[in-house]
Amino acid sequence: MKKEISTSQNTMSAKDPAEYKLRLYVAGQTTKSAAALANLQRICETHLSGRYHIEIIDLLVNPSLAAGDQILAVPTLVRHLPEPIKKIIGDLSNEERVLVGLDVLPRLESI
Amino acid sequence: MKRSQSKVASSAGIPKAPTGIAGLDAITNGGLPVGRPTLVCGSAGAGKTMLAAEFLVRGATEFGENGVFMMFEENAEELAANVRSMGFDLEELTRQKKVSLDHVHIERSEIEETGEYDLEGLFIRLAHAVESVNAKRVVLDTIEALFAGLPNHAILRAELRRLFRWLKDRGLTAVITGERGENTLTRYGLEEYVADCVILLDHRVYQQISTRRLRVVKYRGSAHGTNEYPFLIGDRGLSVMPITSMMLDHEASMEQVSTGIPGLDDMLAGRGVYRGSSILVTGSAGTGKSSVAASFIDAACKRGERALLFAYEESAPQLMRNMGSVGIKLKPHIKNGLLQIHSSRPTLQGLEQHLVTMHDAVVEFKPSVVVVDPISNLTIERHESEVKPTLMRLIDFMKREQITALFTSLTSGPDVIEDSEVGVSSLMDTWLQLSNVETNGERNRTIFVLKSRGIKHSNQVREFLMTDKGIDLIDAYLGEDEVLTGSARLARENREKALTRIAKNDRDRRTRQLEHELKSLDAQIAALKAAAVVAEENFKFKNDQELLLTESFDRNAETMSRVRGRSGDRTAAAKPIKK
Repeated sequence: MKKEISTSQNTMSAKDPAEYKLRLYVAGQTTKSAAALANLQRICETHLSGRYHIEIIDLLVNPSLAAGDQILAVPTLVRHLPEPIKKIIGDLSNEERVLVGLDVLPRLESI
Repeated sequence: MKRSQSKVASSAGIPKAPTGIAGLDAITNGGLPVGRPTLVCGSAGAGKTMLAAEFLVRGATEFGENGVFMMFEENAEELAANVRSMGFDLEELTRQKKVSLDHVHIERSEIEETGEYDLEGLFIRLAHAVESVNAKRVVLDTIEALFAGLPNHAILRAELRRLFRWLKDRGLTAVITGERGENTLTRYGLEEYVADCVILLDHRVYQQISTRRLRVVKYRGSAHGTNEYPFLIGDRGLSVMPITSMMLDHEASMEQVSTGIPGLDDMLAGRGVYRGSSILVTGSAGTGKSSVAASFIDAACKRGERALLFAYEESAPQLMRNMGSVGIKLKPHIKNGLLQIHSSRPTLQGLEQHLVTMHDAVVEFKPSVVVVDPISNLTIERHESEVKPTLMRLIDFMKREQITALFTSLTSGPDVIEDSEVGVSSLMDTWLQLSNVETNGERNRTIFVLKSRGIKHSNQVREFLMTDKGIDLIDAYLGEDEVLTGSARLARENREKALTRIAKNDRDRRTRQLEHELKSLDAQIAALKAAAVVAEENFKFKNDQELLLTESFDRNAETMSRVRGRSGDRTAAAKPIKK
């Protein structure tokens, strides 16, 4: 597996293994993928500071990786840890829904 | 069909990719449109995936076109297991890099949607798979599953449109399957996007018997068969039987083959039926249809030819026992490998399925004689309009293979000819009508050649006897304006024999009498002749006597005259006798 970038180098590693293992699938440098990446970084820094690890996979570079996580839509954010696997598709523009999707915030129904 | 692809493709307007499915290429004039998507729709279990898989596998194995199978419902193992039943080894093809399988799975509960996205991931996967095997063919089965997985249908529809465009741009021949909707071809209206070729599969149950059917709804830029064609998913894949693609151009053999019943051969110009012709044997219950069929088989096997019997009423052992009772021994032929008996219940499957089963069995066994006993069970409760085209397919197929086929058909009444039979009979070259004639408290079998194309057949009704040495035909009693059979015939014959005997005796007696009379007359003639002789002799004797007397008298007179001195005046009385 070819890992492209790890973001938030300073926050992720040091003290304890990342609680949130995230993988962002994009297809080239599109506005959508750029937006998704920016949104993701902002949300993570805000809510999961120090507890996450992000891996970015460009499917144009590594098309064979799409099947493994059953990627159809791009951008897709996959939460590998904590279990179970969660997927968030779209440019992650809605912060609340991203947090719900990552189970950082409880779903509205279950409040 | 497979061989003629290139020709067909060039003659039709647009290039075609053969599916390799028997019959389907004939219906579509060569196959699916090259470089365009084809929609295959149908209800659950209609055979969409099987059709798509066969298209892909045959493309890879027979036409040198590798393929990608992208599945949205089953996973690769399930698919491989499913198509293994048709004899396709997807795993091996994957290893050979001829086929690429990709299982696209979306779990709705895992997915959160936020903001804009597209399905570029799907495109990338597809492109990757296509490149990995250099594919020319693509199957998307069933892409509509995405509608359940992705909440934003607006994006999905836009992306599907783009996908089909994408497939076309890359010149990929694609099969897209779709579940049948309420009033639409597909539940999510895929036909909006895939408009080049639409094939509809149908799985109908009628009278508790299911039949699969296929119809080409639309084929842009190409002529195609528009009928519904029955098809079967067998262990060699799909078989579609198009009737319209079959021309009436089969060979007509001049060879005549024996029916196994000498008397019947006599009725058919003394030589039997033409090889490759079809024979219908109709009759009510117990008229001996099966026995005629068995004789036919027996004769073929004795000639060293292969025979195939489809029995829909009796099991093979039962049939052999029963035929043994009339002296037809089928068991040795089975042991020699010359005879195969396929027994099954007619209700096992629909007529079309039976047809395909027969087709496959014939292809495998290559018989020269095929018997279906009885065909009426297959056509039970079926309308003629359905039965006739199906049987026509079967008969056309047999004729093409130069197989002599005999079909028995049960009629309900002694002289009733069913409507369906009249319809079916027009497909048959020879029609034998067996019937029971009831007279004087007994029923006797008769046989009659209703028609026999190209053979100067007898117009006589013969009596049909089942003896323990086989079937025998004897002339029915004809005379005094009636036809008699059975004991009535025997009685009449005996009476005639007796009368003949009496007449003969009488004649003999009269001859003898005449002889006697002649003899006695001869005797009388002899007696009379004897009497005549006696009379003549008497007369002669008397004459001589008289002559002597006269002489002596003359002499006396002479003597006397001499004595008296007178010279002799001879008296005339001396010679009265003529002699």
